[in-house]
This record gives sequence, structure tokens and C-alpha cells, in this order.
Amino acid sequence: MRKFNIPYSFEYKSILELYADWIRDGTLKVNADWNRDLKIKFTVQDPCNIARKIGTDKIVNDLRFVLKTVVGEENVVDMVPNRSNNFCCGGGGGALQGGFPEQRRAYGKVKFDQIMETGADYVIAPCHNCHAQIEDICEHYGGEYRVVHLWTILCLAMGVLGDNERTYLGPDLAELNVLQRRVNNDE
Amino acid sequence: MDGMIQLDDMDCEFKEEILSRVPGANLDLCFTCGTCTGGCPASEQFGMDPRKFLRMLLLGMDDEVKQSPWAWVCTMCARCKTVCPMEIDIPKMIYNVRGSWPREKRPKGILGSCDQHIRTGNAMGVPSEDFAWTVEDVAEEIRNEHPGFENLQASVDRVGAVMALNQNSREPVTEPDEMGPLLKILHIAGVDWTYPTVMWGGENYCMFLADDEGWRYITEEFVYHIEHNLGCKVVINTE
Ligand code: SF4
Ligand code: SF4
Repeated sequence: MRKFNIPYSFEYKSILELYADWIRDGTLKVNADWNRDLKIKFTVQDPCNIARKIGTDKIVNDLRFVLKTVVGEENVVDMVPNRSNNFCCGGGGGALQGGFPEQRRAYGKVKFDQIMETGADYVIAPCHNCHAQIEDICEHYGGEYRVVHLWTILCLAMGVLGDNERTYLGPDLAELNVLQRRVNNDE
Repeated sequence: MDGMIQLDDMDCEFKEEILSRVPGANLDLCFTCGTCTGGCPASEQFGMDPRKFLRMLLLGMDDEVKQSPWAWVCTMCARCKTVCPMEIDIPKMIYNVRGSWPREKRPKGILGSCDQHIRTGNAMGVPSEDFAWTVEDVAEEIRNEHPGFENLQASVDRVGAVMALNQNSREPVTEPDEMGPLLKILHIAGVDWTYPTVMWGGENYCMFLADDEGWRYITEEFVYHIEHNLGCKVVINTE
């Protein structure tokens, strides 16, 4: 919108900022009790678009605040470097559909090593390009981690995640805190 | 591109052309310190790196610059620009190099997604009616089967909703159940929201394609829909 000087009057926000606001003001009541004993480790991919290109770390700091609240501060392990100095995962700029998979994966090798270094079981990737790329390099380089959306973990922590909403969770979390679905007669 | 740089043509037409479009790109200020290259994850792919690419442009090697597939390997992540002591805008340079490719020669995957977006409002080419149907279907299932969410609402194009949400088109097409958690969070937070059905895809392949016209069209249509049809005060990026 800025690029083309298109005037607009609405506010443009990231859902991550809202999650943080809602947790701070008590709208979303959520905590990390479920992970106190499990101690499952998480790391974060900072999408270039919201980490570097907007010129402030506000959104990625909100992202960390939310994640630490729902999985426990001690279970969040940052990659190095991170936030606005983060390495691009290699999936951006259309690279996933750019037709140079070999180069894209070589590009992603650095990211893969950074993730492995954290020892995390799960990577939160709040961008679809990052999500797909980080999954792809995991498979390609033989990693064990999984890539999840933040909304999945938020719902898990609130106990409202159904069994049908766990595609990206591993066996360790497949059965935890499952919202029991009603069985309908017409099924 | 390996090997020696040939100084046979110092006519820097392409550089001038880019600078006329992006006057603040500072391309001439590069003193080849290499900081950009050191931190660029795309360095060495196709024997190229940002400093070298810029140097070739400054030396007038226009054909080589325009033909190098490296322009599509760089992800325009802006790490180079952030650390460059001279604030040289390499991502914008790359964007313009991409834009110099004949449109039909640009990578098919990106081209196809951009065209779909222009045509249907999302990169996967989902018709708006199908999107609306999927949203309602997911909401209906949650209301019926998930205890505590009997009153969950999800709407499309609801005039006067406070917030408009974009949505990556991957979920509605390949994994609609993945839309559920977000709907539930919005429900718990008591948000007054709706999905627009005009240019609703959260993705932006026309930007990747460096298709200014397509990108502008998508943005204009979206803004018009939000401002004039729906009147939403806030647009939420769910990516
Ligand atoms: S960091 Fe800037 S000045 Fe240094 S080589 Fe790269 S573009 Fe040139
Ligand atoms: S924008 Fe391109 S050249 Fe710059 S650091 Fe990222 S990949 Fe490298």
C-alpha cells in the first residue's frame, strides 16, 4: 500500500501482536502448565517480513512473549542469530516456487544447522513460506524436529485442540489435552 | 558466473534505469567491503553473491546481470541491506532485475500463482464461493462437535465487522481443519471479525514475480473492498 501510495484508513496489524495483547489483558487465559514436566523445547523462526523488514523487533518480541507464556520460558531456545538479524530460511521471495530447489536447499542448510543447534523439538514458523521451507529442509537433511503454527500450541495450552487439528504435532503431543469431540448421531 | 570480469563495456544503462526507479538505492556508493556477502545465505549459489552482483551492474555487465538465475535464488530477505554501511538497497536492485525478465520467462511456479491471484484473489485459484463454503463448513463442524464452541461464528464479507482477516489459501484447500484453532482463539477472545472474499489470499506472489502492475491491482482491489464495501477498522495479517 505504501509502495503504490494507495490511501487507506484501516490499521494493519499482525495476529501475533493481538495474541500478545489478549494475553496481557487477560482476554486469553493461558499458561504453560501442560509443559512443566514434559519440558518440550521450542524455537522460533523469525520471518524476515516481520522481523527485519518492518524496522522494529516489536512483533517478534510479542511472538516470544506469547510462546514463553504457552510453553514456559525455560523451554524456548533461540537460534543464533535471531530477531532482526535472523537468517532467512531460504523459502522467501518465491523461492519455493522459483524452480531452483538445489540452490534453495543449499541456502536452507545454514538454517537447518541453526535449528539443530537449538535442540528444539518444535519450530514455530509464523509464515507459510518459512513453514514449508523449514519442513522441507528437515526432511532433506534428515532432521527430527517438527514445524507448527502458534495457534496450534495456543489451543493445546488452553485445552481446546481437537484430535483433528493436530496434523503438525508429533506422537509426543498427539494425545495430550485433547478436546473430546461430540459424536453426532448422523455420522 | 565464474571467471574474469570483462571490462569491455562500461555503459551502465541498466544501473541508470534502476536508479531512476529507486533513487534512494545508493548503488554507486558500494566500496566493496563485502559485509553483505558475508551475511547473505544465497552467497556462492551459482557462483554469485550480492557484492559481485552489484559490481557487475556497476561495471555495465547488463546482459550477465539480467540473465543470471541468481536473481531468483536471492530471497530478498534484506539482511544485506540492513548491515550495509552505505545503506545500499540490494533487495530493490534484485526486484528490478527480476522485473527486467520478460514476464513469460520468469519462473513458472511464481508466475502461475501470481496470475491465479489476479484472477481469483488467491494464489491457489480457489473461487470465492468455495472459500466461503469451506469457512462455514469448518465453523459448522466445530459448533457441532467441539464442546464449548456451540456459538462460534465465522463469516465472510460481513459489513461493519471491526476486523478483517487475510488467510493463506493453503489451509482452505489442503487442510481446512487447520483453520479451526484460529477460529477458536478469535471466538474465545470475542473478536468481531470477518474474512473478505476479494483478494483474500494472504500470500503475495506478484511481489515475488516483480509484477508491479499485478501487485498494485491486487492491493487496490483489496483496499477498496475493505474500505468501501466492508468498512473494517483493522486488517489482521494472519501469516
Ligand atoms: S555491504 Fe554495502 S558497501 Fe559493502 S560490499 Fe555490500 S553493498 Fe557494498
Ligand atoms: S536479500 Fe538477497 S542478497 Fe541480500 S542477504 Fe538476502 S538473499 Fe542475500
